[in-house]
Amino acid sequence: MTGLLPPDQRSDAEPPGLPGFHTWRGVYLFVFGWFVLAVVLLAVFARIFS
Amino acid sequence: MNVADWVVLLGTLVGIAAYGSWRTCQIGSLNTYLKGRQSTGWGTIGLSVMATQASAITFLSLPGQGFESGIGFVQNYFGLPLALIIVSGVFLPMYRRFGVYTAYEFLGRRFDWKTRLLGAGLFQLQRGFSAGVTIYAPAIILSTMLGWPLDLIVVCIGFLVIAYTVTGGTEAVSLTQKWQMAVIFIGMVTAFIVLLVELPVGLGFNDAAHVAGALGKLQAVDLSIDPSRRYTLWTGLLGGLFLSLSYFGTDQSQVQRYLGGDSLRESRLGLMFNALLKIPMQFLILLIGALLFVFYQFERPPLFFNQSEWQRHAQGPEGGTFRALEKRHVVAVADSEKAIRAWLHTRTSQDAAVEPIARATMLEANRQTAAVRSEAKAALLAADPRAKTKDSDYVFITFILAKLPHGLLGLLIAVMFAAALSSLAAELTALSTTTTIDFWRYFRPLAAADEARNVRVARRFTALWGLVAVAFALLVGFAENLIEAVNIVGSIFYGVVLGIFLVAFFFRRVGGSAVFFAALAAQALVIAMFLSLNIGYLWYNLIGCAVCIVFSMLVQTVLGPRANTDPGRAA
Repeated sequence: MTGLLPPDQRSDAEPPGLPGFHTWRGVYLFVFGWFVLAVVLLAVFARIFS
Repeated sequence: MNVADWVVLLGTLVGIAAYGSWRTCQIGSLNTYLKGRQSTGWGTIGLSVMATQASAITFLSLPGQGFESGIGFVQNYFGLPLALIIVSGVFLPMYRRFGVYTAYEFLGRRFDWKTRLLGAGLFQLQRGFSAGVTIYAPAIILSTMLGWPLDLIVVCIGFLVIAYTVTGGTEAVSLTQKWQMAVIFIGMVTAFIVLLVELPVGLGFNDAAHVAGALGKLQAVDLSIDPSRRYTLWTGLLGGLFLSLSYFGTDQSQVQRYLGGDSLRESRLGLMFNALLKIPMQFLILLIGALLFVFYQFERPPLFFNQSEWQRHAQGPEGGTFRALEKRHVVAVADSEKAIRAWLHTRTSQDAAVEPIARATMLEANRQTAAVRSEAKAALLAADPRAKTKDSDYVFITFILAKLPHGLLGLLIAVMFAAALSSLAAELTALSTTTTIDFWRYFRPLAAADEARNVRVARRFTALWGLVAVAFALLVGFAENLIEAVNIVGSIFYGVVLGIFLVAFFFRRVGGSAVFFAALAAQALVIAMFLSLNIGYLWYNLIGCAVCIVFSMLVQTVLGPRANTDPGRAA
C-alpha cells in the first residue's frame, strides 16, 4: 500500500476565475467552439488555395 | 557552423540545463521532486505539457511531412482538443482527489495491485522504447547533416538531460521546459520568416500558397471514409481522440506535468491552453513544409535530401545510373519551374481559358519531377537493399543549413536539441516515478515513510532510465519514419491502457480481475491484428479501447457481481 495524501475535496467546485466564464462548462464550450472554427478555417484555407 | 552558432547553441542548451539544476538542487521533498512545486501556475503547466509532446521529431519530421504529403497530417490532431476537455473534466479531478503520484496508482485504488502493475508495466514498455527514439531521431539526422559522430550526439543529449533531471526531478523539468519552449517558438518563427524572405522575388505568401494548393499540398481536411487512408477527418476525430485521450489521460509523462500545481484550476487551464494552441501550432509547422516544397520549385533541390546516403552509393559501381538520374532531375526541375511561372502568369491574365491548360502542364511537369525522385529511390534500393530511401526528415535541416545566416543557424540547431531535451526529460522523470511509486514502494511498503530515502531512490531510477535510453539509442536501429514509428507503437498499447481507465471511471460494477484478464486478451488481439491486417494505425487506439471495455464486462458477467465496489481502497 502506498502512502497517499488525503483526498483533495475542495478542488471540484473551484471556478475557472476567467473573465466572462463562471463555470468550467462554459470554458469547455468555448474550447470546443474554437476547435470547430479551426477545422472550418482549415477547410476554407484548403479550398481558397486549391 | 561558426563560432557565433556554437555560442548560441551551447549557451542556450547548457545555460538552460545549468539554470534548471541550480534552481532545483536543494529539493528534498518527494512530492516536489515528483510533482513539482505547489506554486506552479497554469502557464508553466501548459508549456510543460506542450514541450513534452513536441519532441525533436516534431520539428525535423513534420516540415518534411508537409513537403512530401502536404498538410493533411494536421488531421491527426483533431481529436486532441476534445480529449483534453475530457481529461480536464473527468480524469484530472479524480487524480487530484486521491492525491496520487502516478495514474497507475489510481488503478490500484480503483481495482487491485495486478491491474496497477499491468498499467505501469505497459507504460514502461512503450515509453522506454519511445525514450530511445527521442534521443536517436534527432541524433541520426543531425549527425548525417552536420557530420558529427552519432554516438557523441546521443551521449551529449542523454547526459545533459540526466544531469538536470536527476538533480531537480519534475521541478527542473518544468522550469527548463518553459525556456526551451521559448527557444523553440523564437526559432520556428524565425525559420518561417527566413523562408518567406527566400522565396523568389515577386512571389509572396499568397502566390506561394496558391502554388502549394494547386500541387496538392494544402489538402487540410479529407472527408474520405476509406479505412486504409492514414489521415482523414474521421481517423483524426475518432482515432486521434482515443490516441490523445490515452496519451494525455493515462501516460505518466503527461499526467505528471499537470498533477502538480497549486490547484485543479491551474492544471485545467494548462490543459485548455494546449487545446487552443495545438492545432494552429501543428498547422504552422506543416505549412513551413508546404512552403519549403514551393521554395524548392524555384531553387533546385538535391535529387535526394539525405545527401550522405546518396553520395555513398553514387560513388559505387552504380555511379553511372545515379549521375544520369541527376541530369534528368536538373531538366525536370527546370521544366517544372517554367510551368509554374507560366501558370502563375495565367492567373493574372484576362483569358480564363488558358489557366486550366497551364495548370495541367504544371501538374504534369511536377509529376515528372516526382517520378525522377521515385526512380532515384528505386536506384538506391537496387544498389543496396538496406539503403534508407526516406529523405523527407532531411528537407527542413537542408534548408536551415543552406539558407539561415550564422547565429540563427545555431538557434535552429538549438531548437532541435531543446525539443529533444524537453521531451526526454519528461519521459525520464515519468519512468522514474512509476518505477519508484508503482514498483519499488509497492514491494517495499516500509520504505514509504523515509522521505529522504525515497528521493534518493527516485534520483537513482531517473539516472538508470536515462542510461537505458542512451544505451537503446546507441545499440538499436529504428524504423525510417521516426514520427510514425513512435505513434504506431503508442497506438498498439495506448488503446488497451485507455480501456482500463475508462472502465475504472465509468463501469463501477467491473472489478480488478475482470479488467486485468480482459486487458491481457485485448492487448493480444490488437497485436495479432497489427501483424495481420492493413488498416490505419490510429484505429488501433479505438479498437484496443473498445475491446478492453467489452471484454471486461463479459468477464465480469462470467465471474459474477463484485463483492466490494469501494474505489477508496488501496493497492
